[in-house]
Amino acid sequence: MSRNDMNRIATRFELRAKEGRKLLIPYFTAGDPKPENAVPMMHAMVEAGADLIELGVPFSDPMAEGPVIQKAMERALEHHVSLKDVMEMVAEFRQKDTETPVILMGYLNPVEIMGYQEFAQSASKAGVDGILTVDIPPEEASDYVKAMKNEGIDRIFLISPTTTEQRIKAINDASGGFLYYVSLKGVTGAGHLDINAVQDRVSTIRSLTDLPVGVGFGIKDAESAASIANVADAVVVGSAIVKRIEENLDSADNAMKAVCELLTEMRQALDS
Amino acid sequence: MAEAETKYQQPDDKGHFGVYGGLFVAETLMEPLTELRLAYEKYMVDKDFLAELDWELQNYVGRPSPLYLAERWSRELGGAKIYLKREDLNHTGAHKINNTVGQALLAKRMGKTRIIAETGAGQHGVATATVCARLGLECIVYMGQVDIERQAANVYRMKLLGAKVVPVTAGSATLKDALNEAMRDWVTNIDDTFYIIGTVAGPHPYPAMVRDFQTIIGREARDQIQQHEGRLPNALVACVGGGSNAIGLFHPFIDDKDVAIYGVEAAGDGIETGNHAAPLCAGKPGVLHGNRTYLIEDNDGQIIETHSISAGLDYPGVGPEHAWLKDIGRAEYVAISDTEALQAFHDLTKIEGIIPALESSHALGYAAKLAPTMDKDKIIIVNLSGRGDKDIHTVATLEGINV
Ligand SMILES: Cc1ncc(COP(=O)(O)O)c(C=O)c1O
Repeated sequence: MSRNDMNRIATRFELRAKEGRKLLIPYFTAGDPKPENAVPMMHAMVEAGADLIELGVPFSDPMAEGPVIQKAMERALEHHVSLKDVMEMVAEFRQKDTETPVILMGYLNPVEIMGYQEFAQSASKAGVDGILTVDIPPEEASDYVKAMKNEGIDRIFLISPTTTEQRIKAINDASGGFLYYVSLKGVTGAGHLDINAVQDRVSTIRSLTDLPVGVGFGIKDAESAASIANVADAVVVGSAIVKRIEENLDSADNAMKAVCELLTEMRQALDS
Repeated sequence: MAEAETKYQQPDDKGHFGVYGGLFVAETLMEPLTELRLAYEKYMVDKDFLAELDWELQNYVGRPSPLYLAERWSRELGGAKIYLKREDLNHTGAHKINNTVGQALLAKRMGKTRIIAETGAGQHGVATATVCARLGLECIVYMGQVDIERQAANVYRMKLLGAKVVPVTAGSATLKDALNEAMRDWVTNIDDTFYIIGTVAGPHPYPAMVRDFQTIIGREARDQIQQHEGRLPNALVACVGGGSNAIGLFHPFIDDKDVAIYGVEAAGDGIETGNHAAPLCAGKPGVLHGNRTYLIEDNDGQIIETHSISAGLDYPGVGPEHAWLKDIGRAEYVAISDTEALQAFHDLTKIEGIIPALESSHALGYAAKLAPTMDKDKIIIVNLSGRGDKDIHTVATLEGINV
């Protein structure tokens, strides 16, 4: 199948909704600590219960990341992992897995330098399903949205605790795949979660969209994953995973094992 | 003659200077930036606020700063007459305080009690800490670990003023990383925190707002040169780090098409070596720190480390309005190397008895090249953006002297 005729993101959300289950979305930074670890890690995550993989694209100035993901990006950049390299990783992943959706998460400049259109074409060809660019609000994104739409790449935008209802509507109009609610004011890996506040916000968001809603930032363990899953369609876990990679820099196997343990626990908590 | 030409008016209501500028930030900052933009639009036309700002600038900063004819230096160079706009004589020794006074007063009006700032050389950090002491506001300054080591005196000044200096070790541990860290702080503490950005970079409204607080430089210079010479200058010269002192001087002259405008970037070891901080001369457009502008970056879109002898110019981006002025050809951007800047530093010190900041020495270095190509009845205004006391350690070390 050329182009993403079969939309993997929508398909996966529909399937899980029918089963009454929630999506588990792990994040890690592509190339951390080494480029060759990325594809095996992706397969292992799927094996451990991941529904969708959010692959971080390294950037020199990751303004929205806390220290854990900042360091992961620095480790990947020691190997000069570029946006093009990350797409090649996805293409390699697709040789064995044609079903699990993959989205790229990163910052605008690498995409800007490549060109929106060229990026969208290469991403589609590689089997990338969606893109989340932290620093492009919909107000600046009309060319970007057009280029991605043309190639069937879903646009995932963040909604924060401070986003107004008017802007939630504008974000919804520019989005595809799902909406991503950032559960706290802060950077990735920060603070503790206020489940009640998240629940209120998610129900407001639901009243303004037909897309599924994922929640991320601040989910650390099976317990917090399960409580978020009570209110959202998908749970995104980033720093908690990257932390396990950081704790096992000397052994790719141990890193994979530690990450899979966490994902397995979370999967069980989500499904029980 | 029909003056049909439209007046220069930038940015548009979304903060775009042509294709540059704009608002490229994480979602959580969209609301606080809207709140800031509304406050800025309200108070910049509020008589009460403007009167308060004026009072502070006169009585606390020491404005107006003189426009001084550097007679001996001009004669030595053998061409145009060079006037220096003496921002070095402001309280805290640089133009930075024009902006920090403005933003801190705005923060107070907005009811924000906690101030954060980024700093490279430490000048903006000192100017922010100073104003916070004056207004009784909590002050946190983010500074790259590398800069903390090379600007120890300014770090101590900030501490004396009651500010907390937070070292930043991420990335290259310099100004750009300090800015990233300040943004991270802001995202976490938006309810009570006001972020005072030190230059005309960042997301809208910062490039326009910081410019508006700095145009006092150009407005005064315009009046002063009329008083001294009865006419406008032929050329303006200012150094460009982020570009705040430069735009402050340039902006009130943009519609005066006969006034040539030169922005001077840091060529470091020389543009051809790659060790420089000259995005307008040698970079290409991209998106960083909330706006689209010229950047020093690699082919993958990663930001590259810069080099300049002056920490205040050591920044891989530049204010988006300068990117626009370059593209439309209204201003010309040139670069001066470490060596040329040092020569100008020594010349001005010996010939005029004024020790300039190393940043400002880049502007002086270009003026020293430009003046001899112009007739003696021509006039150049150079923005002497700061004094060089903070730099004597750097200069002494280069010359093998232990102070
Ligand atoms: C004296 C002086 N001039 C110039 C600059 C560069 O900043 P800008 O380009 O915003 O004026 C600095 C920055 O620290 C400075 O201290």
